[in-house]
Amino acid sequence: MADSTGTLTTTEPSPSLPPLSSTGFARWMWRQFTSMRTALILLFLLAFVSIPGSILPQRGTNPILVEQWIADAPTWGPLLDTWGFFDVYAAPWFAAVYLLLFISLIGCVVPRVGVHWRTMRMPPPPAPRHLGRLPEHQKFTSQQSESAVLESARDYLASRRWRVRISDPDEGAWIAAEKGYLRETGNLVFHLALIGILIAVAVGGLFGWRGNVIVKEGSGFSNTLTQYDAWGGGRFSGPEDLPPFAFTLQDFRVEFDRTEAQLGSPRLFEADIELQREPGAPLVNERIEVNYPVSIAGAKVFLVGHGYAPQFTVTDSQGRVVLDDWVVFLPQDGNLTSTGVIKVPDAVPEVGIQGLYLPTTALDEVRGPFSIFPEADDPSVFLSAWTGDLGMDSGNPQSIYTLETEGMEQLGLRALIPGQTWELPDGAGTITLGNYIRWASFQIAFDPGKEAALAASVLAILGLLGSLFIRRRRVWVRVHTADDGTTLVEVAGLARTEAGELPVEVADLAADLKGKQ
Amino acid sequence: MTSIGLAEASNFAVYATMVTLTFAMIAFAMSFSATRVAAPEGLPVAVPVGVPVGVPVGVGATESLPERGAVGLAPGLRAANIGMALTWLSFVLLLIGVTFRGLWAGRVPWGNMYEFSISSALGILGVFLIWSLTRDLRWLGLFVVIPTLLTLGLAVTVLYTEAAQLVPALKSYWLIIHVSAAIICAGAFTVAGATAGLSIARSRAEIKGTAETGWTKNLPDAERLRILTYRIIAFSFPLWTFAVIAGAIWAENAWGRYWGWDPKETWAFITWVVYAGYLHARSTAGWRGDRASWIAILGLVAFLINYFGVNIFVNSLHSYSGV
Repeated sequence: MADSTGTLTTTEPSPSLPPLSSTGFARWMWRQFTSMRTALILLFLLAFVSIPGSILPQRGTNPILVEQWIADAPTWGPLLDTWGFFDVYAAPWFAAVYLLLFISLIGCVVPRVGVHWRTMRMPPPPAPRHLGRLPEHQKFTSQQSESAVLESARDYLASRRWRVRISDPDEGAWIAAEKGYLRETGNLVFHLALIGILIAVAVGGLFGWRGNVIVKEGSGFSNTLTQYDAWGGGRFSGPEDLPPFAFTLQDFRVEFDRTEAQLGSPRLFEADIELQREPGAPLVNERIEVNYPVSIAGAKVFLVGHGYAPQFTVTDSQGRVVLDDWVVFLPQDGNLTSTGVIKVPDAVPEVGIQGLYLPTTALDEVRGPFSIFPEADDPSVFLSAWTGDLGMDSGNPQSIYTLETEGMEQLGLRALIPGQTWELPDGAGTITLGNYIRWASFQIAFDPGKEAALAASVLAILGLLGSLFIRRRRVWVRVHTADDGTTLVEVAGLARTEAGELPVEVADLAADLKGKQ
Repeated sequence: MTSIGLAEASNFAVYATMVTLTFAMIAFAMSFSATRVAAPEGLPVAVPVGVPVGVPVGVGATESLPERGAVGLAPGLRAANIGMALTWLSFVLLLIGVTFRGLWAGRVPWGNMYEFSISSALGILGVFLIWSLTRDLRWLGLFVVIPTLLTLGLAVTVLYTEAAQLVPALKSYWLIIHVSAAIICAGAFTVAGATAGLSIARSRAEIKGTAETGWTKNLPDAERLRILTYRIIAFSFPLWTFAVIAGAIWAENAWGRYWGWDPKETWAFITWVVYAGYLHARSTAGWRGDRASWIAILGLVAFLINYFGVNIFVNSLHSYSGV
């Protein structure tokens, strides 16, 4: 394929019929495949197949929404899921399009590298016989000799970095010069850099990893697989690649806008951590903010979320304190209406509680309880208590954020404000809401391809600028001696794409030669 | 000035811009419907370069305007000149509006969709006016002023929000780099969309033989319009590439990955691919003419979907609209 108006070396394949021999047919197919027209079609196809991923929820960014979507559309959901529409950018049909595009690109660009390499080492083509027919030309007489004029022209052009060729004596008396080879160089660099970006992305995907973890204020995290809430790595990365650092979240500060116009908009997120870069290393204080991650051994720690962890104290039917802890609640909206689950397998009988934590409580007949401001101005919790088998001994993995209420019996519903205690029915125990602390969630990521991707991107831009703004152009000077002994000088130029500055260049060259008399 | 004073001054300047732009639109429309004003651009240096009248149009370009003092200006030309002058005035007013908005908020004025929109309107006018310094673009004025007015109209009615501090996600110097590039691209893509649309209209009129009698009579010929479209996209495509890369670097810093197929990123990519397709079409036999122009319009559509569609309707990491 290869870009754009710099078509000095590209010839469009003619739409002739394919030859009948098999090698000829293969060659014909390959030429069609690497033609600009195919590239164009593949480009549009690529744009087109990217669209569904921006409309449908995607597993990579929003797995919960995907499950909801599929559940809400029992006919279409599973079908679209089978076809990969909820993971578009990893789907085979998406990969097919961009891989075809890149093969077409390679098939077009790589041969052009060779052609361009040879072109750059070839002298400019000889002067046309009739310079006067070119769009840019001037004609004048000079008192200098033929060779003096040509020498001046050569000096002038060479000092302006034109590639110059002087005629052999048997070819006539002329000088040819060419400039703007960097256009094609830029064009090739741009396309090769795109391949570079693809490779860098692949390296990042194969050797990189990323994980998410929620850390409560005052709690610690050490970088091992078991500590993550979610972790994913490429094919060639594993838990053994995690650098052994650890940190404690000492303080997490948030501020929200209290003006009417922007009520609840976040204004500040700051996490202070005490970091140990490797076992035995000294503890250092670091601050992580949005946009300001901390780098540790090639990995980066980003602040990506936050929420509340209210304190609950639970006693069971025998009066024992079976739970006294800060429980992480997950925010559901911008005002941090949060949901959470408390499971107490040690209680007799076993107790499970679903809860809704509202930092600033409001009640609505339609919506029920919800939060109207993300700061804990008027906190409360709405609880639904269950008893029965929590199913935690079955060995099946369970999420700590959902309660499997199947096979359990609901004890009742109750709202609590801090300090209040709920006496569960049937003497099943008590639940007390205490104070709250905050938690922050961190994304920890390692992408070994990103520096290469950046370097390739910079190359791509530089190449692009060259291919779009440098113009390949030629000028010629032809001299011959008139009958009266003066030298007749013809100066002409030809731009292969747009004329651009060429008329000025031809005029300047002519003026310089005239001025030398 | 107090912050209330700055707020009122900013809003007043934006409204004043809409008034002067409306008059500019009327002037351009009058000039457009007038009888042929002058040989528009197209013939390279055919006529001696005239002294521009009243407005700073042009140095060293291919103007073919009559000399000042030539007996009586054609009414269409006078109206076009008034339109250009009013467009310059609108640009200055809007620059004041955007600047005061930034002073009011105490930051760059790119924190929500209202601010992006008035800045993009400034971008459209800026690209058009700066370009008009090198060539006679008075025929294009109407088609630049109309989208600018639409953008401002949407901004003050639907998108208006009081100035506020930035959310933490936007507090980065990448905001200035990434968004300023995107705003200039917004201006350039809009102007390119206008010239592409005009080139299609003109090309159809040329085929029908109504080019010199129909409403396209005051336009440059279709091939000239295509070259102008190409030039402006050749300028904006590397800038858009840069904007996307700057966004990727920022995303790496803020979200821990440089590319995550967020809807905004996806549509930025689609926009990029479509314009790449345009550049390839320009050098593909059978695609150079109106087809390439349609692709340029498609690129603008993708850009607008990215701006309005993704900001308002899609749940994206880029949902800072404030609406």
